[in-house]
Amino acid sequence: MSEQILLSVRELCKYFELRKGLFAKAGYVKAVDGVSFDLKKGDAVSLVGESGSGKTTLGKTILRLYEPTKGTIIFDGRDITNLGSRQLLEYRRETGLVQQDPYGALPPFMTIRRVLEEPLVIHKIPKAERIKRIYSVLEEVRLTPVEDFIGKYPHMLSGGQQQRLVIARAMILNPKLIVADEPVSMLDASVRIEILTLLKELQKKHGLSVIYITHDLSTTRYFSEWIYIMYAGKIVEKAPTKVLLKNPLHQYSQALLNIIPDPDAENRFKIKDVPPGEPPSLVNPPEGCRFHPRCTYFKDGVCNKKDPEEIEAEKDHFVRCWLYG
Amino acid sequence: MAEHLLEVKDLYTYFKTRKGVVRAVDNVSFTVEKGETLAVIGESGCGKSSLAKSIIRLLPRNVHTYKGEIYLENEDLMKIEENKMNEVRWAKISMVSQAAQNSLNPVIKVGQQVAEPLIIHEGIDKKTALERARKTLSMVGIPEAFAERYPFELSGGMKQRAIIAMALITDPDLIILDEPTSALDVLTQASIMNMLKTIKKKTGKTFMFITHDIAVSSELADKVAVMYAGQIVELASAEEFYNKPLHPYSIKLMASVPTLRTDKKLEFIPGAPPSLIDPPKGCRFAERCPWKFEECRNEPPLFLVDNRSFVKCWLYESKGRS
Repeated sequence: MSEQILLSVRELCKYFELRKGLFAKAGYVKAVDGVSFDLKKGDAVSLVGESGSGKTTLGKTILRLYEPTKGTIIFDGRDITNLGSRQLLEYRRETGLVQQDPYGALPPFMTIRRVLEEPLVIHKIPKAERIKRIYSVLEEVRLTPVEDFIGKYPHMLSGGQQQRLVIARAMILNPKLIVADEPVSMLDASVRIEILTLLKELQKKHGLSVIYITHDLSTTRYFSEWIYIMYAGKIVEKAPTKVLLKNPLHQYSQALLNIIPDPDAENRFKIKDVPPGEPPSLVNPPEGCRFHPRCTYFKDGVCNKKDPEEIEAEKDHFVRCWLYG
Repeated sequence: MAEHLLEVKDLYTYFKTRKGVVRAVDNVSFTVEKGETLAVIGESGCGKSSLAKSIIRLLPRNVHTYKGEIYLENEDLMKIEENKMNEVRWAKISMVSQAAQNSLNPVIKVGQQVAEPLIIHEGIDKKTALERARKTLSMVGIPEAFAERYPFELSGGMKQRAIIAMALITDPDLIILDEPTSALDVLTQASIMNMLKTIKKKTGKTFMFITHDIAVSSELADKVAVMYAGQIVELASAEEFYNKPLHPYSIKLMASVPTLRTDKKLEFIPGAPPSLIDPPKGCRFAERCPWKFEECRNEPPLFLVDNRSFVKCWLYESKGRS
């Protein structure tokens, strides 16, 4: 059963249209540009990239909060790329989103009970069951004793508690897939691990598939089985977590890994290798490999001519780079 | 005779709020030597930014208590009147605050903005000031030609570099960096850290580096101060601190930092920091501390441990006396 694929994404693209004035099209922001991957039931994958790499757009497109421009999304054997609003509602039931800023994600005028009841009402869960579910989900995220919390408003909770409420809301319809978009980046260090451990626990217990979106590679090893590295709208490297952390192949992944400090007094004497420049514009991305202007292995006539395909450099380790082609 | 560049003694900064008086900085003392970088580490709400603002005296209006001694090269800043304090800011102490890249004026060219402290505070003529602005910009890794650009033409990282240039241009004695890179991407953050390391080495400037991120703090710190609930609970050299933190809070905080290169079991600290309106009487960490005992009901002093680190914890009482 663990080998079953829950989510299958093929050549997925999401372009945002830019307009000049009222009518003229000025072009597209190609936020996600040809992304393919499979996610097994019960697996967690970390989607790692910098801001503007398209990782949040990818997550939201998979949840169908954005309309995909091209490509297909197969969820649990069904094509959900072009669902109507009725079917979409059903799909929403099977997916959940954990946002980055818990306070921003919670309506300030709703009590915890109403926050959690809302999705149950929308999905027509009978009243008697609603309160049962609210209690059990609050216990699961350890906002206990439930009686004390249920009447509170979001602003009465600490950051960590707010994030647990957001997780509870994402979990309350018993989804199969959770997209957690930087769920801990707004939290303090001591709370971060608590939230990640909770997410991991829930994932194991319910056999959830989780897409963990983050810019912080150092948390991935404690959370996911897989790491996908995103750069400028494309996944440039995919590998099992341990493999990628030990042996990153793409120069961008290498840079990301190399610059993350572990606390060490020696760090202050070391100058790190940082690729020059900045990520390209997604309106006019560079021809060929999108990383080529910053890459030290750049080969003229190859890297700037054709975009590298995904290559399986070793078993289960995929990279988009001409060095391995 | 040790010459401290900065010496803070018994500093208190309280704020009035509707709910009561918030003791943001509650009896804090430390020193920073010339050419040294002190990292102040702590979680949100521990008072680290209030500490920075107290030193440069950029406090909001609702100050309730602001007392203590702050010596910058043997001059007590607390005794300086407000109108004179403006001369100290920029000329002697400058500050880069959090998400400062958004504080650039959108309609003024970057070079001019960087030159501004020189023109206003040192009365240098515009042409010379602009010339120096270009030099400083290139020192922080911005091509001189960019002085002619407007802020919107610069990326987030570039803007932050420009702000750092502004803080450096007056050649101050002390530069306070308050979370200078936490709003930036990891690669940008790393290249700014590289730049700061280079400047530190080249110019021997003294920095106070305020951050919530322990791993990042180790990129710059010669000395570390850990703050918890308005107080410094540990003060140690970088070597001592990153190898073996002593205060229970520091130990637990370090254990919650995910590491990329070594396997370790991550821990978190249960509970939350106490309210700064009505903090507990004894040790403020006691409630969350796995090693607490009788004595913790009283507030511990800062014990000097092995003649090296200062630790505000009763566990070090016997060691401290040796």
